[in-house]
Amino acid sequence: MATTQAILDRELKKGSAELLILSLLEGRARHGYEISQLIEMRSDGVLKFNVASLYPLLYRLEKRGWVEGQWVEKTGERRRRYYKLTPAGKAMLKEQRRTWADFVTAMQRITGVSHA
Amino acid sequence: MPDFQQMVRERLRDCGLAPTREWEIVDELAQHLRDRYESQLSSGMNEEEAGRAVVAELDGRDLAGELRELEERSRDPVGLESGEVGRFWPDLWQDLRYAARTLRLDPGFTRVCVLSLALGIGANTAIFQLIDAVRMRTLPVKHPEELALIRPTNFQTTGRKSGRYGYVTNPMWEQIRARQEGFSGVFAFGDQDFNLATGGQVRNAQGLWVSGEFFDVLGIQPVLGRVFHASEDHAGCGAPGAVISYGFWQSEFGGEASAIGKTVALEGHPFPVLGVTPASFHGADVGHSFDVAVLICSEPVIAAENSIYAWRHAWWLAVMGRLEPGWTLEKASAQLETISGGIMQETLPPVYQAEARTAYLGKKLNAFPASTGVSNLRREYESPLWLLLAITGLVLLIACANLANLMLARAMAREREIAVRIALGAARGRIVRQLFTESLLVALLGATLGIVVARTLSSFLVRYLSGEGDVRHIFVGLVMDWRVLGFTAGLAVVTCLLVGLAPAITITGAAPARVMSLAGRGLTATRERFSLRRGLVVAQVALSLVLVVSALLFGGSLRKILTLDAGFQRDGVLVMDIDFTRLEIPKQQWNQFRENIVERVRALPGVESAAESEEVPLGGSYWNDQVVVNGEVNKLWVDMGNITPGYFKTIGTPLLAGRDFNQRDTSTSPKVAIVNQEFARKILRTENPIGRTFKINVYRGQPQHEYEIVGVMGNAKYDDLRKQFEPVAFYPQMQDDRPDENGEIIVRSSGTLEPIVGELRRAMAEVNPAIAIDFHSLSQQIKDGLLRERLLAMLSGLFGLLAAVLATVGLYGVMAYMVARRTNEIGIRMALGAAPRRMLAMVLGEAGQLLGVGITVGVVAVLAVGRWAASLLFGLKPYDPAVLMIACLGLAVVAVVASTVPARRAAKLQPMVALRHE
Repeated sequence: MATTQAILDRELKKGSAELLILSLLEGRARHGYEISQLIEMRSDGVLKFNVASLYPLLYRLEKRGWVEGQWVEKTGERRRRYYKLTPAGKAMLKEQRRTWADFVTAMQRITGVSHA
Repeated sequence: MPDFQQMVRERLRDCGLAPTREWEIVDELAQHLRDRYESQLSSGMNEEEAGRAVVAELDGRDLAGELRELEERSRDPVGLESGEVGRFWPDLWQDLRYAARTLRLDPGFTRVCVLSLALGIGANTAIFQLIDAVRMRTLPVKHPEELALIRPTNFQTTGRKSGRYGYVTNPMWEQIRARQEGFSGVFAFGDQDFNLATGGQVRNAQGLWVSGEFFDVLGIQPVLGRVFHASEDHAGCGAPGAVISYGFWQSEFGGEASAIGKTVALEGHPFPVLGVTPASFHGADVGHSFDVAVLICSEPVIAAENSIYAWRHAWWLAVMGRLEPGWTLEKASAQLETISGGIMQETLPPVYQAEARTAYLGKKLNAFPASTGVSNLRREYESPLWLLLAITGLVLLIACANLANLMLARAMAREREIAVRIALGAARGRIVRQLFTESLLVALLGATLGIVVARTLSSFLVRYLSGEGDVRHIFVGLVMDWRVLGFTAGLAVVTCLLVGLAPAITITGAAPARVMSLAGRGLTATRERFSLRRGLVVAQVALSLVLVVSALLFGGSLRKILTLDAGFQRDGVLVMDIDFTRLEIPKQQWNQFRENIVERVRALPGVESAAESEEVPLGGSYWNDQVVVNGEVNKLWVDMGNITPGYFKTIGTPLLAGRDFNQRDTSTSPKVAIVNQEFARKILRTENPIGRTFKINVYRGQPQHEYEIVGVMGNAKYDDLRKQFEPVAFYPQMQDDRPDENGEIIVRSSGTLEPIVGELRRAMAEVNPAIAIDFHSLSQQIKDGLLRERLLAMLSGLFGLLAAVLATVGLYGVMAYMVARRTNEIGIRMALGAAPRRMLAMVLGEAGQLLGVGITVGVVAVLAVGRWAASLLFGLKPYDPAVLMIACLGLAVVAVVASTVPARRAAKLQPMVALRHE
């Protein structure tokens, strides 16, 4: 577990955080705070995205045309910017998932570390 | 709750984001921080702790840096998408920012580019600004396009001509005013300097004679007081007052409103100040301004006994008019022609002899466009200015060629990158635009800085043209108007095209696959593009040759004029103007009074010799007449003057035969004359004219004396150094039956002139402090007379030097590039046994070829355009072989110097190092 975590840490720094965000946006649109909360929650607090790294990443994905941001105003709430996957983003998610799976499998084969 | 928006905004300050984008980001991030803050509070933190946690999160990474990187990356120079119509402006903005970044990355390169363009564009703008001021700008009056100059079509006049625009006489002007029909209003004006001082050192004000209609027809409203009106202008008007210029009001009256009603003394006559003209108004004479305007009818007051107001043969006025609505210049001219006969008949000078009468009666008046006023300055300087503009244009071209070469070198370094982009589908047009944007930015920066250069240069030139002191009074109002700015903008665009074109075509024209297949060791593949660079250098050498030749020609002309034998010795001679009108000495004593002054001057310490002369060389004041020999009028005009004994010694002109005038030549003795060699040869057709006689072809009614020639002097130039020697005759001052109350005394000193000036001042004050005096040295007067030549020599020299430097840099750049590109080849050759000396020869040979072709093209260009400069040269042909030779040699030396460094580098290469070179 710990080793996988270390790899993840490194890979995240290399930019695979994109995969996390694209995955979270699969199926529904979310705003930035929600994304950061989900990452923290679902990783049991192991992964934390602070505001200064999350948003540049979101904007980068947006520039590439993988996600699309939109301001939404709901009654009784402050307006928020929601992000959703674009078709290109969906394709990219699929691609990145496969790459990631291949990568993890390869790591496991070589290192013999397994979840099981 | 903390102000989260402010918190975020502070961190984005240096990102350079578009305002709307920044606002969105601030909004979104502040919202996030607020959510985080609230959740921290609800989890039990106090406000301070929650605030700290939020700040820590915000500063967890370099937010500004991340965003900046993101924005810049998104401004990727050449996107894969090709330019859609709607993307034009955003793309342009993107290109500009990218270009700015590229230039910032290479400050040395950018500095060289911008500076050389600033010099080129600045020099062009400065010259154009002068052309604009003297040639193109209309007078700052209402509807200048309606103005016309009314003058005889034939300038040839007999009589007395004074002022810069002596086109008509006062009686003629009065007739024009009475008879013309094509103009809603006409006015006359003339110019004359008025002495403001009431004795001692002269202090001149630039005077303007005006008719009563002058200001009203031009539509000039006073800023203070009033101007003249037609009703005040009538014979015998006396001295009703003076209208002063804004500048004079400031300098003499400190801009005080109380100036109105105060008086100015003009030649000792008080004139009350009536009004002040606007600051923008300088009269109708472009190139000169005025201080004081007085009515033409006041002339008899100022000139007293010497008044020319009623003279029919005194040419001192110019007439202008405003066209009647519906009238054209042609129609007005036709009307003027029909009334010309009557006007000439009415104003025929009674003193004219038969020939002059016929010429006068045949004069025809015409109307000429005058929206830009009248200008002698324009006549004298227009063609030199256009020529200088051509010269600065060439300098700019050379600078452009240099930059194009530099840009080309840079573009080639990016060749592979661009080829990859094209291969990936980037539109060529988009890449070309990207490359052009860079040169556009350089051109814009150059033009902006160029305007600063232009302002400095043009005001320097105007100061230079104005001469020292108040000698010349040249006034050129410099304005950065839309024409000048448009010209500069045009230059920037042309520059951008010239600089950007070569790299753009070259780079995008290359086949991507081939470029990408090339490694660093390309030998022949880039040959064709390299030849473009060589072509640019050839062009530079050719253009430089033209400029160097022009510099040598104008410099040589000036040197020839300055060193030619003018027939007198210009150094060590001081000229003192005296005017003793205010002493009111009886006329019959004038000659004696002047003689006494000369005697007194001669006795002063430091004075070697002194004499009086009406004809100081190049002083601009003399009279000419035709002479009658054996009852026949000779066609040649003879310059004439009255002098006192000692003149020849003082001025340094040799007396070749006969005698000088002496005390025995008096008003009662027989009339005598001394003539020069030209007079003897051309008029009397003899080498020894002593004892021969002649008469002057005087006006009707004047006594016609017979003069016996008692001496022959060497030829000298009195009117213009550039002209050939002309016939001259001098008479003794004491025999002058029409003396003046003013004159010029020339003083030769063996020492410096300054102490003599003090001595003379003292001596004159002792004689009578009311004598007006003024001083100038003969050599300074000559220098002032050669302003045009000096200007051309100085500027063409400067630009020639600049051109040669630019060409040297260009040649060096190309040779250095050639050596760098062929390092491998040189390594192979040396490895195969070529001696370093051969490598040296190879590079120098290559440079020699470029130079040879460049010089050949340049010589052809010089031959083709040289004749344009012919009229501005003195004693040199535009294709003077010696000058051409020197210019070619000079450039050759420069070329050898420029290519020696790269050549030696080639010769010193170690074969193994060279072969490993990528």
